[in-house]
Amino acid sequence: MSAQATDIKPAAGAGALRRRLPGSLAWHIGSLLILAVILYPVIWVVGGSFKKSADIVGSLDLFPGDPVIANYTSLADGIADISISTFFFNSLFLAVGSVIGIVVSCSLTAYAFAKIRFAGRNLLFTLMIGTLLLPYHVLLIPQYVLFRNMELINTYTPLLLGKYLATEAFFVFLMVQFMRNMPKELDEAARLDGCGHLRIYWSIVLPLSRPALITSAIFTFINSWNDFMGPLIYLNEPDKYTVSLGLKMFVDQEGLANYGGMIAMSLVALLPVLAFFLAFQRYLIDGMATSGLKG
Amino acid sequence: MGTTVTHAPAMEGLSQDSEPRHGPVKPARPAALKRRRRRENLAGYLFMSPWIAGFLLLTAGPMVASLYFAFTDYNLFDAPKWIGFGNFSEMFGDPRWRHSVQVTLWYVAVGTPLKLLAALGVALLLAQSRRGQAFYRAAFYAPSLIGASVSIAIVWKAIFSDDAIVDRTQKLFGVDVGGWTGDPDMIIYSLVALTVWQFGAPMVIFLAGLKQVPRELYEAAEVDGAGKMRRFWNITLPMISPVLFFNVLLETIHSFQIFSSAYIVGGGAGGNACGPADGSMVYTCYLYVQGFENSRMGLASAMAWMLLVAVALVTAVLFWSQKRWVHYEEGAR
Repeated sequence: MSAQATDIKPAAGAGALRRRLPGSLAWHIGSLLILAVILYPVIWVVGGSFKKSADIVGSLDLFPGDPVIANYTSLADGIADISISTFFFNSLFLAVGSVIGIVVSCSLTAYAFAKIRFAGRNLLFTLMIGTLLLPYHVLLIPQYVLFRNMELINTYTPLLLGKYLATEAFFVFLMVQFMRNMPKELDEAARLDGCGHLRIYWSIVLPLSRPALITSAIFTFINSWNDFMGPLIYLNEPDKYTVSLGLKMFVDQEGLANYGGMIAMSLVALLPVLAFFLAFQRYLIDGMATSGLKG
Repeated sequence: MGTTVTHAPAMEGLSQDSEPRHGPVKPARPAALKRRRRRENLAGYLFMSPWIAGFLLLTAGPMVASLYFAFTDYNLFDAPKWIGFGNFSEMFGDPRWRHSVQVTLWYVAVGTPLKLLAALGVALLLAQSRRGQAFYRAAFYAPSLIGASVSIAIVWKAIFSDDAIVDRTQKLFGVDVGGWTGDPDMIIYSLVALTVWQFGAPMVIFLAGLKQVPRELYEAAEVDGAGKMRRFWNITLPMISPVLFFNVLLETIHSFQIFSSAYIVGGGAGGNACGPADGSMVYTCYLYVQGFENSRMGLASAMAWMLLVAVALVTAVLFWSQKRWVHYEEGAR
């Protein structure tokens, strides 16, 4: 990363210091105000999950004077007789399955684009970028018809197959950019030593691509965890539901009767994503920043 | 990722083969060269085979099928029946469809610029200091990860309903319009607020762009006596215009496709699938209702193609306009 651009003023002497101090105070106050707005909904849901149902919307106190854990204990009953852990297990299965698919299929594709010189590469690359801008909804109905004809509705195949066939162009693109920036000497030397592509892919390019692979894996996990439309369309038996769908079912069936439980469940459903974010925020943010910048 | 970042944004560097040929070191005989090239082709297509299968089975094939369905009456159970432009004329004559177009355009036209302004504004603020920048950057980015979840949609519905924080706050300022999510005219603004809340993703990209602006430019301008505004308009903005273009393009395309939050904040399922009196009936919500609740697969395909045309038009206009306002630096590192 090159030097910071706008932050350093030619600061020298006491005069500059005096002028900078209030400025930096204002900077922190401004940033903290934005932070408050950003965090409010998250803190609200944490506090709300310990309030009595009747107080959640109307009360302006972020945290209740007399916290209750009834909302959480009510989750032990499950939603519509299905244990919460079922939804979590389903979501986890889909998320981990998606991560494996994306990492394998997208890195193979990216290797071909970045490291193999084959006829038609430019055309395929343009097509791949084209799919990046394609609204998913155009594919929604024909894909549904396809999977329905294959009698795969209410299975996880429609939600996973695309991940194993590298249809997430964003991650292919991210990895291509990363692999193109690797020093060419490495794989050229390996080629002269008689290494085949599979060997170079496996022992040179893949290990060096770790940051891009990790970024893709985390984004995939979070996207899969948050996905609502896919499960909504393809899953129709509650015991196959993901956390998102279970939560939606909660809203529809018990939302009014057990408002506090719904808020507690909302928070519980967010926890894995928040945990991933806290653990890997560096990879996520750097991946995001470079996606828009690398040429 | 510690690699160097160049000025050229993703969209510019799409063509490949810019690198010089780095063929074999020893002069190869034509036959060997041919064999080698064939081997490379084979390897390329083998590595690409998952993608190619996916492209044919899940993208290209479905697109052709969707185009065909768009001209048929298809309810999933009987074979599709060709009806020419019937779906399109039904669509244009349907007040509910026109309403969904209006809601979506409104959402895109208000939400996207506000979100990008917030992203740019906060990026400029954060770029001024190095201390604490990483912390704020991470915190501001978090909503982009959780904003699309069902959980946040539920939270949103709650804090924008009657007597909740937003309603109480606006009453302090003498605005008494009640909660936004129960009001057909206001619910769309709660969705605008939700997308603006997720300004972190474009902000991170803006920040990375700002870091690339050479400091000497500012120093030179300051010596020449250029004020803060001048420096912003004449240096910062042109220098980050490729990043701005990238953000405008991606965010606009994304906002056209809003679904989950509108569907859940709006109530979802049943009579009022998307908001009171269709207040949050964005385009994809109506597409979902027609396709999956009313089993009008042909009509829904026609709607999807109209969305594709709209997004393609917007993309084309943006790419056409970029030579007027996007400055790509020559010979960037």
